[in-house]
Amino acid sequence: MSVIKSSSFHTHTHTNLSLFQVLNNFWQFIQRTPCCAEVPAWWVQLHAFSVQGLFGKNSEQLTNSSSGLELEGSVRGRRVESPTDNTEELWLLHSNIDAIDKRFVGPLGTIIIKCKDFRIIQLDIPGMEECLNIASSIEALSTLDSITLMYPFFYRPMFEVIEDGWHSFLPEQEFELYSSTISEWRLSYVNKEFSVCPSYPPAVIVPKAIDDDALRKVATFRHGGRFPVLSYYHKKNGMVIMRSGQPLTGTNGRRCKEDEKLINATLRAGKRGYIIDTRPLNIAQQARAKGGGFEQEAHYPQWRRIHKSIDRYHILQESLIKLVESCNDQTQNMDRWLSKLEASNWLTHIKEILTTACLAAQCLDREGASILIHGTEGTDSTLQVTSLAQIILEPRSRTIRGFEALIEREWLQAGHPFQQRCAQSAYCNSKQKWESPVFLLFLDCVWQILRQFPCSFEFNENFLIMLFEHAYASQFGTFLGNNESERCKLKLQQKTMSLWSWVNRPSELSKFTNPLFEANNLVIWPSVAPQSLQLWEGIFLRWNRSSKYLDEAYEEMVNIIEYNKELQAKVNLLRRQLAELETEDGVQESP
Amino acid sequence: MEHIRTTKVEQVKLLDRFSTSNKSLTGTLYLTATHLLFIDAHQKETWILHHHIASVEKLALTTSGCPLVIQCKNFRTVHFIVPRERDCHDIYNSLLQLSKQAKYEDLYAFSYNPKQNDAERLRGWELIDLAEEYKRMGVPNSNWQLSDANREYKICETYPRELYVPRIASKPIIVGSSKFRSKGRFPVLSYYHQSKEAAICRCSQPLSGFSARCLEDEHLLQAISKANPANRYMYVMDTRPRHRVQSWWATQKDIGRIIVRISSKIWNDEKIRESDEKKRLNAMANRAAGKGYENEDNYSNIRFQFVGIENIHVMRSSLQKLLEVNGTKGLSVNDFYSGLESSGWLRHIKAVMDAAIFLAKAIAAESASVLVHCSDGWDRTSQVCSLGSLLLDPYYRTIRGFMVLIEKDWISFGHKFSERCGHLDGDPKEVSPVFTQFLECVWHLTEQFPQAFEFNEAFLLQIHEHIHSCQFGNFIGNCQKEREELKLKEKTYSLWPFLLDDQKKYLNPLYSSQSQKSAVLEPNTVSFNFKFWRNMYHQFDRTLHPRQSVFNIIMNMNEQNKQLEKDIKDLESQIKQRKTKQTDGILSKELLNSVRPESPALKATLSLKEQALLPVNNVLRTIEGSSPADNRYSEYADEFSKAEPAVVSLEYGVARMTC
Repeated sequence: MSVIKSSSFHTHTHTNLSLFQVLNNFWQFIQRTPCCAEVPAWWVQLHAFSVQGLFGKNSEQLTNSSSGLELEGSVRGRRVESPTDNTEELWLLHSNIDAIDKRFVGPLGTIIIKCKDFRIIQLDIPGMEECLNIASSIEALSTLDSITLMYPFFYRPMFEVIEDGWHSFLPEQEFELYSSTISEWRLSYVNKEFSVCPSYPPAVIVPKAIDDDALRKVATFRHGGRFPVLSYYHKKNGMVIMRSGQPLTGTNGRRCKEDEKLINATLRAGKRGYIIDTRPLNIAQQARAKGGGFEQEAHYPQWRRIHKSIDRYHILQESLIKLVESCNDQTQNMDRWLSKLEASNWLTHIKEILTTACLAAQCLDREGASILIHGTEGTDSTLQVTSLAQIILEPRSRTIRGFEALIEREWLQAGHPFQQRCAQSAYCNSKQKWESPVFLLFLDCVWQILRQFPCSFEFNENFLIMLFEHAYASQFGTFLGNNESERCKLKLQQKTMSLWSWVNRPSELSKFTNPLFEANNLVIWPSVAPQSLQLWEGIFLRWNRSSKYLDEAYEEMVNIIEYNKELQAKVNLLRRQLAELETEDGVQESP
Repeated sequence: MEHIRTTKVEQVKLLDRFSTSNKSLTGTLYLTATHLLFIDAHQKETWILHHHIASVEKLALTTSGCPLVIQCKNFRTVHFIVPRERDCHDIYNSLLQLSKQAKYEDLYAFSYNPKQNDAERLRGWELIDLAEEYKRMGVPNSNWQLSDANREYKICETYPRELYVPRIASKPIIVGSSKFRSKGRFPVLSYYHQSKEAAICRCSQPLSGFSARCLEDEHLLQAISKANPANRYMYVMDTRPRHRVQSWWATQKDIGRIIVRISSKIWNDEKIRESDEKKRLNAMANRAAGKGYENEDNYSNIRFQFVGIENIHVMRSSLQKLLEVNGTKGLSVNDFYSGLESSGWLRHIKAVMDAAIFLAKAIAAESASVLVHCSDGWDRTSQVCSLGSLLLDPYYRTIRGFMVLIEKDWISFGHKFSERCGHLDGDPKEVSPVFTQFLECVWHLTEQFPQAFEFNEAFLLQIHEHIHSCQFGNFIGNCQKEREELKLKEKTYSLWPFLLDDQKKYLNPLYSSQSQKSAVLEPNTVSFNFKFWRNMYHQFDRTLHPRQSVFNIIMNMNEQNKQLEKDIKDLESQIKQRKTKQTDGILSKELLNSVRPESPALKATLSLKEQALLPVNNVLRTIEGSSPADNRYSEYADEFSKAEPAVVSLEYGVARMTC
């Protein structure tokens, strides 16, 4: 495919990426490269006032065709003048476009671009034909069906890769971290060919006592072949969190001896465990009609089942749509805002997920019991709970690398279908069942804990926002595909760049580091009362409010912290000097 | 003490406010003359000032004892279980008596003794000097003067003695106007904006039932308008919602007409006005048109503005609803938000804020003077005037400036603190959280402008604590005249010097006088900017708050930085000293000897400090213990909490049998 016209193309796309976040308002509109199905362009470039000569022929040609066009951003705020030649640019990845609307008033056409990161950009374009052309191009480009035509496959980094992110968090390395402490567990390659469970990675951690043949049998008894695997090992007391798909008991109460043996193998003698089913009892019962079900007490006497109700699928998507719609309405009065916020149910979902995660953590840490968590498939609410429980319990997952490892382990390798879930965001009306902001809810929950324990996390809010953006639209391959098997087939490791390769460079890391971080080895128990939960303004009000004063205050805070470090260093230095002088004195005086 | 029958009850349980499973602390309850004290088994003390008690409730007897629920004005709620009903009854009765005093003289302030002598006490009272404040604003000047009309409280009992009015307003005009205004509260200066030459004035509503126009009042409004050479029109802001004063609004319009000299009888009896409002208005319009007096130019010099702030009764029940909602056990997110909505509390806060913004804009952008009033001019008017001034003038955003603002717009202009806060056993319908709303508006501003205020949230909370505590004299009484009669300055202490002594606690570490250059704050009142003030309404519910406070860390770090700067200076001078000494050392051994004795000691302290430095840092950052029990996760899973004992007992049972 001769898609890449020249390498310089990529150079420019990258240099302008940083501007992407800086720029604000009033753009002239330029569309990069003429579009047709075979030659995708991945960026919408929005240019203000004059056009830089940087882009050579293409842009000049486009300037002419679009001169005098005005773009009105929905972002309120002052125009930022770039220091160079009065030029402002906004680069928008096509895959970031969630929906586009067009309107015509006389000869003036308006295109409203709604992005997956909730930003709304309005372009006013004189000339109906031109407007229609642009709109249809954007539409076509933002809805490419083939993954291999997406930008990550053509993106070439302009930075030096210090560490290849694809190899940063290998399961073997992660297991190594545990291996000294856990003797009852082993790394199994039963799924090497993705034949036992298509949504599991090649390597999984299972009880040592269970051999691969038994695992194959258990896989047939669990939804999607997702047999129980180790998710987290609590070093403090040796208790574990396991996760799986629902057991396929069906209406006639099928059982599987190997499954029972597997999960009992994780219990110490005389100990009991908890099974947390993320579905309410009635839903779990209904699932039996479709061949699913839950663990019967009779067959799992050592386990106590707790049902929670974490919603999934379109319920979450609708919640997100309602919330974002409400956040975008600046004119509504107080009553309407509060009732819409309530009606969106977003914070109810947050509370439910957090409560379940806290309960899991409490079982593990306080009750000293192992737990198995599953819902239906075990790819959504299950992962929210297992990963949040780890944030609560394990200090390492609150560091930047630890959190990356957590996402790699509990989301990417655990087979959360990112491609499906993040296909569309709050503005799309396609309403596909598999589109759902499961990962965003997880990030929101992390943010809630971060707010309650602002010094216990090595990363800051921007890190979470960045992950949200990249999960929905990215130049990196990390979040492409629905599971490891698909990623292997796409050869993402060879053909795309890993997000972690970019993030883990010191220059990027500095943006995501929490200046208040002080390693905290305790378990952190967040409050889940409604009064303690807040709307994540950094995500949902990001484009609707000016954060100037808050940003300045944050800078001031960073300054105070930096100054403190500086002063401490200086005091220590001076003390040493003084001490030296004193000993010199002593030497002089003593004879 | 005569009210106290039982001074000590043992084995009292203090229940967790939000727990549905009766989790509790057991301890001893003491009743003193001023406080209720609970000491739990861990020797943790909970002090509750009698004056802070808003309500005491004795619930139906249970198997474990008699429950006693105490709600406080600072939003603390405690739930005791007293083992014996008799004790509970005694305490209940004592608290009922102690929390509602009949006489001012029985309030805590009259017995509180912080061990200061009279001179110190007086100095404390003189700390905030309003004459000084008017001077700072730039009055008196060529347009405004100090009026001695109210020197003896003859014109208006609820105003202070010293009032500033337009220079061209003579005493007869003032007297005349005061007769036309409710409670004699005629238009006076509240804030003068020096560079814009515009003024914020305040008054009460014109008296209804007045049968004629009031020329003097017209003159006074004219004078206020003329006192501002920068703008030919002024605003009259009625802070009440339009629908409540619909009929009244017509008369407001009429003031404008009067001013342009439409000579007609338009002030009719309230009842008549209400009954045939339309007819009359039409008639009036006809009259005006028919006689052709309407002068467009002159008419436009008063602009009327309505902002819908509800009255004290609406506000009281709004807060009541809010407290009911957030006190609910096992509250769901949806119930919380629908309760927040139906209480209307944030809507009211937004209304106050919007009014203040209108006021500030009129002055800052249009240089127009504004006359603010509500009904009596001591509740909503105080809110709007003080908040408007706060937006306009960075001085009021400092610690001392904020005290001045409260002294001026609230205390001196007769906000009825004693009635609104229910200091005495009085009419419960007079109680209303008007001042609390003002503090909440200021808090919202601090949230939007984190660097604009010298003080922090703790300062606001502390002031709120003391408007109810009656520990200091400032907020006792309903107006200055009453305060003088009570001889508060001789018998009680002023709060402000105590707050200033503790200033460190109340400083905003991020405060930047630089951001003051953008002197006028322009807050955004989009609905989503208003949030539930958890730290106020759940101040005492520790488990609901973040377990690590960025604010405290930064505050301590700022303190530490100051100390470090000092250390660096000390060290540098010592090093310099040493160096010069070394060079001179051989020459003047005597000098050296004189300094030497202190150096070993100094060295020891220094090295100690060096070690202490990092631990201090750690202390700053430790998290307040958080535990899953505090957060009641398991209450959301019934099976979980019930299951546990069953499992344990079974195992024990098995074990015994095998033995």
